[in-house]
Amino acid sequence: MRKDYIIVSRRRVLAGTGALVVSFCSVPLLRAQEAQQSRDDAQQLPGSLKTAPFLDSWIRINADGRITVFTGKAELGQGLKTALLQIAADELDVPFAWTTLVTADTARTPNEGFTSGSHSMQDSGTAIRHAAAQVRELLKAQAVERLAVPPQSLRTENASVVAEDGRHLSYGELVSEELLHVRAVATSELKDRAALKLIGTAVERVDIPAKVTGGAAYVQDLRFPGMLHGRVVRPPSYGAQLRSVDTGAVERMPGVIKAIRDGNFLAVVSEREYQCVTAMRALAAAAHWEEKAQLPRQQELTSFLLRLPSQDIAILDQRGPAQAAHKTLAATYSRPYQAHGSIGPSCAVARFEDNALTVWTHTQGVYPDRAAIAQLLGTPPEEVRCIHVEGSGCYGHNGADDAAADAALIAREIPGRAIRVQWMREQEHAWEPYGPAMLTKVIASLDGSGKVLDWDYALWSNSHTERPGGAGALIAGQTIAQPFPKPAPRPIPQPEGGGDRNAIPIYKFASARVMHHFLSDMPVRVSALRSLGAYMNVFSIESFMDEHAQAAGSDPVEFRLKHLEDERARAVVTTAAERFGWSQRLATGHGRGFAFARYKNLAAYCAVAIESEVTPETGRARAVRAVAAVDAGQVINPDGLVNQIEGGIIQSISWTLYEQVTFDERRITTIDWSTYPILRFNAVPDSVEVHVLDRPGQPFLGAGEATQGPAAAALANAIANASGARLRDLPLTRERIKAAIAA
Amino acid sequence: MVKLTINGQQHEVTADPDTPLLYVLRDELALNGAKFGCGLGQCGACTVMVDGKAVFSCVTPILLLEGRQVTTVEGLGTHDNPGPMQRAFIAEQAAQCGYCIAGMMMRAQALLQDNPAVSDADIRAALQPNLCRCGTHMRILRAVRRAARLMQTADAGSASKNQ
Repeated sequence: MRKDYIIVSRRRVLAGTGALVVSFCSVPLLRAQEAQQSRDDAQQLPGSLKTAPFLDSWIRINADGRITVFTGKAELGQGLKTALLQIAADELDVPFAWTTLVTADTARTPNEGFTSGSHSMQDSGTAIRHAAAQVRELLKAQAVERLAVPPQSLRTENASVVAEDGRHLSYGELVSEELLHVRAVATSELKDRAALKLIGTAVERVDIPAKVTGGAAYVQDLRFPGMLHGRVVRPPSYGAQLRSVDTGAVERMPGVIKAIRDGNFLAVVSEREYQCVTAMRALAAAAHWEEKAQLPRQQELTSFLLRLPSQDIAILDQRGPAQAAHKTLAATYSRPYQAHGSIGPSCAVARFEDNALTVWTHTQGVYPDRAAIAQLLGTPPEEVRCIHVEGSGCYGHNGADDAAADAALIAREIPGRAIRVQWMREQEHAWEPYGPAMLTKVIASLDGSGKVLDWDYALWSNSHTERPGGAGALIAGQTIAQPFPKPAPRPIPQPEGGGDRNAIPIYKFASARVMHHFLSDMPVRVSALRSLGAYMNVFSIESFMDEHAQAAGSDPVEFRLKHLEDERARAVVTTAAERFGWSQRLATGHGRGFAFARYKNLAAYCAVAIESEVTPETGRARAVRAVAAVDAGQVINPDGLVNQIEGGIIQSISWTLYEQVTFDERRITTIDWSTYPILRFNAVPDSVEVHVLDRPGQPFLGAGEATQGPAAAALANAIANASGARLRDLPLTRERIKAAIAA
Repeated sequence: MVKLTINGQQHEVTADPDTPLLYVLRDELALNGAKFGCGLGQCGACTVMVDGKAVFSCVTPILLLEGRQVTTVEGLGTHDNPGPMQRAFIAEQAAQCGYCIAGMMMRAQALLQDNPAVSDADIRAALQPNLCRCGTHMRILRAVRRAARLMQTADAGSASKNQ
């Protein structure tokens, strides 16, 4: 079936609201030639207009002039709602307060896939900006007719078209039902840089007031009349089989409506939430599982990864003729499995009514999640609606989709009642799909002038995306009596890459080769964690660059600049170094570290300098201060960008110093914040500074994940500089630092 | 029936006396501020004030709370009329996902109510029990410092009026 284009199949006026609702489906009706033509045309369109080309898929205007903006992307705490409204309001020339945003909803918004990979501004922001500009011009064209004046005599302001003689027509007066139901064109009359009022300014986030006053802000806060609470009982380990469970005693507990068993899927539903938690504990105690010892030995993880069968992909092979090397260095780096660790466990609400299911979910992809849930339930996707509602920050593929599927399965058993399912802490910690363990090996040589002659880099990694997909990607789909097969893992191709994201060095080397050893056997459940393989690859490359700089007797910043040609890359490196005061002397026991990457080699540029202090007696390391410089193209909301970069640096410091998922032969053993400690306030740097290099007129570049790798490497380099100990295995724990100093 | 005083209002709640306060706040009283994070007292997302002290509502059974004053983030002000702590967090844009923030605010409120003239080290030490995963720590610290200034100014203002 063709899914390359979408057309509006049905429109109806919602009773009472006057707003148009358009739903999308693939309709293979257009003749092949027309379809090809429309696809070719669509490929010329900016951002996500390629897949949703109608202007009214993005922007609607009511008769009273209020503007509704639609996006298929989701607010994940990154400030997306505010940024998209800034773009729309600015390009339309309407007051910010008159705009509202509808985010990812399979019944209302375009299908923009997943909110991931720092793509939202590039995809949705670009589409909305162009759609808004084209809508503005359509409204102006209407005014030309109505006012009988030439177009150049008209301007737009405050949601009106204004003529030179002062006559004006509001957008509400100009708009008609069909006006905006037209295909976008490839080029738009975007406002001049000087005319922008909102883009580039620090508009306050629209979602924060509710979040600090106890407003309903999260899927966890949804309450429907007659809503029930559900809890799942997960198996104690991957692949465990439920041998027996007596649900009778649990079903007699106060408030319990029902216990549900479908194969290894076990759940309980109660009137009240705490009754449900109590019943869940009782049900877990009543269940007898057969477990298998099937996990690798934690201590031998790297050799285990090397032994797994691999698909070997040469993602770069630019080897030049062999030259005489002055010095050759080799190093191996490793990263453990690491958790998303959302503060709020995953949650969803589902209601099954009149043979249709509605799921309120904090998934990153409402359309893919709908497809997976429909497959799980054996219903057509049209009978499932997924609506995004914010959850706790996810930083990638956490338990959101699984919780949505849990709620869907349970809701089907109790039609007509909304069911709210929230995971417990130990379920989120033990069952979320982790960021994969990785191993990298690199060998490189220097010539006599202190430049890298050749570079040979290899990485070993599982898949970094096991998102649904199909029902087989969901825990519920894997545990029911008739389970769905897990989808075969596949690498994400370059240039974005998965495990090999940012594995190709951005530096200019005379000769370079990069091998991606893709491992499809997955003993531990893994998927996308913020920045995917870029975290590990940038940690490895930027650590190794420092090792080379040291071998060449060169300053680390100078050494990088020597190999860097891209002017924007050089600008962020230079800015971060200057603002940090790179040449200043530091206190005894302190060290400085630098790192740089351009995320995916095609998104935001980010350089980070960190000052660390290391206490040799204990091995305790702390980032004292961090200074970052970032170039994300044209900046929509500078404070939003700074917030993302600051947060990314601190999160990466936490990953890098403390975090690893542990397990024994059967079970995940990091199941809460005491077994999986993360950064607390005592380890927060004294200061984090972010310097933004704005590039007005340049495309938006995704920045939400840009700091994960550079912050990690800058910290490792700073620890090496402070203590003389070069650590190559993540996390850089105090035990490892202490041992390395003693060695 | 357990009698609770939440944000100055009396409630008779029907939940079992051993029910943690968090579930009563959210499920019975429909207050969103306190969040479920871990149920173990490890993350602080559920933090509320009891008689001016910060406590984990996820591990505090309601039977301990009769006759005590419980304050949640809803008790600090409203969307239309936010209190100093809320104004400070908005002014500093001190949230990303925001899930931990109400807990942070309640712990900071307990600190500043006791003594608004706190040092940066005092704030860091006080917030140690609360986790933030988005890395919003620098902004949270700035917001608490701003709230301290707002509260000191308010105190000074009310003190001068009383003279």
